[in-house]
Amino acid sequence: MASHATEEQVLYANILNKGMLVGLLALVVTFVIYGAGILSPKIPLADVQNYWVMPVSDYLKQSGIHAGWAWLGNLKYGDMLNFLPIAFLSLLTIICYVAIIPGLLRKKDTAYVVLAVIEIIVLIVAASGMLGSGGH
Amino acid sequence: MLEKVLRVSKILLPVFILTVLIAGAAHVYAAHPPEPTAPAEHAWWFWPLILLILSFVLGVFAVMAGVGGGVLYVPIVSGFLPFHLDFVRGAGLIVALAGALAAGPGLLRKGMADLRLAIPMALIASSCAIVGAMIGLALPTNVVQTLLGATILGIVAIMLKAKKSEFPNVPQPDALSQSLRIMGVYYEPTIKKDVQWQIHRTPIGLGLFVFIGVMAGMFGLGAGWANVPVLNLVLGAPIKISVATSKFLLSITDTSAAWIYLNNGAVLPLMVVPSVIGIMLGSFVGVKVLAITKPSLIRIMVIVVLGIAGVKALLKGLGIG
Repeated sequence: MASHATEEQVLYANILNKGMLVGLLALVVTFVIYGAGILSPKIPLADVQNYWVMPVSDYLKQSGIHAGWAWLGNLKYGDMLNFLPIAFLSLLTIICYVAIIPGLLRKKDTAYVVLAVIEIIVLIVAASGMLGSGGH
Repeated sequence: MLEKVLRVSKILLPVFILTVLIAGAAHVYAAHPPEPTAPAEHAWWFWPLILLILSFVLGVFAVMAGVGGGVLYVPIVSGFLPFHLDFVRGAGLIVALAGALAAGPGLLRKGMADLRLAIPMALIASSCAIVGAMIGLALPTNVVQTLLGATILGIVAIMLKAKKSEFPNVPQPDALSQSLRIMGVYYEPTIKKDVQWQIHRTPIGLGLFVFIGVMAGMFGLGAGWANVPVLNLVLGAPIKISVATSKFLLSITDTSAAWIYLNNGAVLPLMVVPSVIGIMLGSFVGVKVLAITKPSLIRIMVIVVLGIAGVKALLKGLGIG
């Protein structure tokens, strides 16, 4: 059975596959670091259950956690470290889109180059935190 | 010509109308929400372990029922476990995203998920998912919970009523799909030959992805339940291409919405990681179990459970349950 996948499709799939495996493995490793207490968390493990019952805005106020990309400056804490693979998995699509653009340009597939560039901009805007943070 | 469009719209649009009407009732209740109950004291690992086990079970059933994990996860976890809906939606999106990322590469390589079909739809859906996520995080919890309940009941109706078309008849592709060259060929093992496909009604399909994106972002649901009927019945893509492209599409739609929840603090690793691991392990087991069970029976069970979760979410949102 021959695959009818296009060149860009296979490239996208290969990057997605490697990234997904790295991301999921990192997710497990960082969670073990967190759960085993190898790195102490910013919010003590036993206290988290007091926060997940409340709206996110109350959680942020009461816990003193800053939303957005603030976790990046707190990677020494076990819980904040977990955001690294989560963010990586959420960035994978942008990486895949960037990777297929040269192939689309070579084929002079202008419409899809434009669509891919707009999608990248949309995802970067979403990831940037420009659209507000802090819940209700 | 528009029969199939109308068929899908007849199911999707009442869901929206119903949710808007019920939202009004929920607003009234919003002024007098109940006092939050004090959380039970448990060891830190108790609820994550429950989440791991429940997500595993949901993963098994999701595969067997042919639905995404997110659509089961959000109503069941928010309805029956003590987590706030904000965090459940954040976790639900990451769960759906992880599942889509895991399935995506294989589906793309086999040519089942089609990049040219997915890219235009994904752009609309992911942009609208951002709007949906922002609306979802801005609205009072009970309103979102009520809307979620109504939506889940709508999904139950779609699962009961929506037809499938193995190889839809697309006599003439529309101008937009022709200019974007959205067409393809895939190998169909059941008839042992290559199947050529093309699509029509692309502008209508793109319009429907506006609603799909908003709902996916607002409720943290994967949107396979809506993607597949639109790709298959409206656009006319073969069912296998529709299912595979829908799964891949979620990896893009859910990414944009996930970022909004992540940037708003609505993602807790202690909930997300056990859920992702549980649902992925469950999916692997589900694929094995699928071979020795009757999928139709499982599908009925899942519809019943989803119906109960929808009613529970609706009552919870209205302050009755």
